[in-house]
Amino acid sequence: MPIQVIFEFLLIISLIICAVFALTSKRLLAAVVIYMAYSLVMTVIWVLLQSPDLAITEAAVGAGVTGILFAVTLKKIHALKGTKDE
Amino acid sequence: MASKKHSRFIDWVNGDTAEKVHEYKFIQKTVPPHSEQAHDEVISTRKARLFNISYEISAVLVCVILVAVLLFTVFNLPLFGSAGNPASNEVAERYLEKGLEETGAVNAVAGMILDYRAFDTFGESSVLFIAVGCVMILLMRDKNNISATEDSLEENERLIEIETNDPILQKIVLLIVPCIFLFGIYVILNGHLSPGGGFSGGAIMGAGLILFAVSFGIDAMQSFFSIKTFKAITTTALMCYATLKAYSFFMGANGLETGIPLGTPGAILSSGLILVLDICVGLIVACTMYGFYSLFARGDI
Amino acid sequence: MSDFLQSVIAYRFEIGAVILFGIGFINLLLQKNLIKKIISFNVMDSSIFLFLASQGFIEGRIAPIITGANDASLYINPIPTGLVLTGIVVSVSVSAFFLALVQRLYKKYGTVNFDEIIMLAKKEAE
Repeated sequence: MPIQVIFEFLLIISLIICAVFALTSKRLLAAVVIYMAYSLVMTVIWVLLQSPDLAITEAAVGAGVTGILFAVTLKKIHALKGTKDE
Repeated sequence: MASKKHSRFIDWVNGDTAEKVHEYKFIQKTVPPHSEQAHDEVISTRKARLFNISYEISAVLVCVILVAVLLFTVFNLPLFGSAGNPASNEVAERYLEKGLEETGAVNAVAGMILDYRAFDTFGESSVLFIAVGCVMILLMRDKNNISATEDSLEENERLIEIETNDPILQKIVLLIVPCIFLFGIYVILNGHLSPGGGFSGGAIMGAGLILFAVSFGIDAMQSFFSIKTFKAITTTALMCYATLKAYSFFMGANGLETGIPLGTPGAILSSGLILVLDICVGLIVACTMYGFYSLFARGDI
Repeated sequence: MSDFLQSVIAYRFEIGAVILFGIGFINLLLQKNLIKKIISFNVMDSSIFLFLASQGFIEGRIAPIITGANDASLYINPIPTGLVLTGIVVSVSVSAFFLALVQRLYKKYGTVNFDEIIMLAKKEAE
């Protein structure tokens, strides 16, 4: 098995692990942060699939903007522990 | 009864005779957060518990069957990475072989989404515009629909934001944000030459705007990006896109023979309309991303 | 057995996409928290993008930046890439819309638990 295939397997497995942990974690903030990590792993996969356009977009959108939108929503629904509104 | 039911309609028909309501104030009824008694009441009856268990079992069953069917299908697909894949048919071949001379774009993806399939991309840009409109409807703060407690909470949050300005964060952001913007503009302007384009560059610029707004607060942001700027930029970019593509359809019907010189492939001023369309899409995406954040954070842009 | 293993290795991206789709789908059905539902919706989204992009990939070819000869046998298929590119940006706007709805629901009912919202809404209707 060539080394790149092993690397791709590792990335896919870490994608699945990230998805499972994001959806089973108790704290919502942890779920959002793990989802951002999921997006970053996805970015590397796009590069391996020879689609650099997708990699740039996913890095900016998935790991950046979506994470911020989720975090602001968590603030609004008072799901963040240790912030000033508690 | 009937007259009462239709009285509003009659008033509407009569027009001027209906008395005018001068003050509109619609304040949503709210429930205090984390009401414990609600949680206890959810699963109370035996019937509800039975329904829950059967729902969970059937959900797992449906999911397992779906995944099994999909996996079975996957093993019967054409081999991953093979050139004979039916997805790589003559359409893709045509885009790759004739794309450079027909659209002038070195990046075949940009040439595809902004020239051959520009109408589709116009739809996507409209989707972003509509999404920001919907979020505005849902979250826009209006003095007619805000209650006094909510107003005081908002004021409190604003005060906290003014008090806590973190010098380390602000210095670093002053260093980083120009670089982010430079990279975003580079990605947009080089969309037809290298990977990237309007969508990626716009997202990068939107992330930069959000970072600036997070660290410097709303007032600094308002000084150069208010709702007027937002409205002007998004509508102008969308109209510009529509006009250019309408011209292109009018001239060549297939978007290829517009009479606009394509230039030498590889130069920054080449590939006809693609550069302008990239800039339009980039502006729309950047404004949309910042608009989402701003509406989420404080219900205003 | 080795036959099966070889096809698993060959179809690694498609299998990963299907498993991710399954994870997202079952969580979409079973999670009570609306934020978790939105995250699982996003996972389903990106699994479909992964499947589409893997269909366009061709072994040994490079990204469609035509710098050399414009010969179609050198580059991967650009069509799935273009579709997914617009899809990613639309998916973020869809999830922003969902999150806005969640914020309004929280304002109204004071919770993001789906069952509680349904119960409170039923009570209100009575």
